[in-house]
Amino acid sequence: MKQLLIGFPLVCLLFVAGCDTIPPDALVLKATTLQDRKLQSRKFQTSDEIKVLVACSGLLQDLGFNLSESETKLGVLVAYKDRSAVEGGQVAVKLIIALAGGGNVPIDKNQRLKASVITKPSLENTNEIVVRVTFQRMVFNDLNQVTKLEQLKDTKQYQDFFNSLSKSLFLTANDI
Amino acid sequence: MKRFYFLGLCCFLFVLAGCQTSQQELLKTDKSQVQLRSIQTRAFDTTDREKMLRTVIATLQDLGFVIDKAEAILGSVTATKLQGYNLVMTVSVRPKGDTQLLVRASAQFNVTAVTAPKPYQDFFSTLSKAMFLEAHQVD
Repeated sequence: MKQLLIGFPLVCLLFVAGCDTIPPDALVLKATTLQDRKLQSRKFQTSDEIKVLVACSGLLQDLGFNLSESETKLGVLVAYKDRSAVEGGQVAVKLIIALAGGGNVPIDKNQRLKASVITKPSLENTNEIVVRVTFQRMVFNDLNQVTKLEQLKDTKQYQDFFNSLSKSLFLTANDI
Repeated sequence: MKRFYFLGLCCFLFVLAGCQTSQQELLKTDKSQVQLRSIQTRAFDTTDREKMLRTVIATLQDLGFVIDKAEAILGSVTATKLQGYNLVMTVSVRPKGDTQLLVRASAQFNVTAVTAPKPYQDFFSTLSKAMFLEAHQVD
């Protein structure tokens, strides 16, 4: 009993001290880095970076994003949108547990989706602009707690984004 | 005896509670300013600030960050990596003398400042590869 009483606060202390350290691989390139870059980037045959940025901001607006930051000198556009994150499966589980008398289980409710578009002149060809878009999201449950923090890597979504972009630019998007 | 343990635990909790108020976090740092700067700063042999900023952005993207802000005049970039955790990084670029640029990175992991040297070494090693330049330690 005595050991337990001493042990418990010690474990608490260790937990308080040790739970928040950066993972060792957080700032290291991964084996998938090149593949990710390919998925998230396209080349466009133009040297007009501003024109590409304007088309990107138009497309982001078409997709319901709100522009939160921009820096044309560096080719940066940042946008976000808040949407529902309710998923049928979670609602069903919540209902079943509630009916079985298990109480209120929190489920995902809202999400903030963020997109950041970066343009830069191609290193190989000065008549090309490389566009790289990255998406991430934060999901909150009905108690307003964060449940998911993730980067979105769905190939289809990136393809769709670039297809729309090439349409609004009247240019073909080429793989990098 | 039981009461004694209870009192002991209460005292322990009071000590834990009384150490400091959370307001003191405002200007608190884990390491000295000099130490922190040397961990977080590197000098590069180039004066092309815009290229450096664009490379910083590309490197952060390669590392899985999504850019939040960038400012060419101030020379700063802020980005966030969400991967079950929330890692925010601010990188600033400013001239050092007539031949070099000073790059400083600072990171926040969830609710703590990143002060260990290793993550910054990793970051600067990736950045210098992308710039094709060596990152010099600054005294």
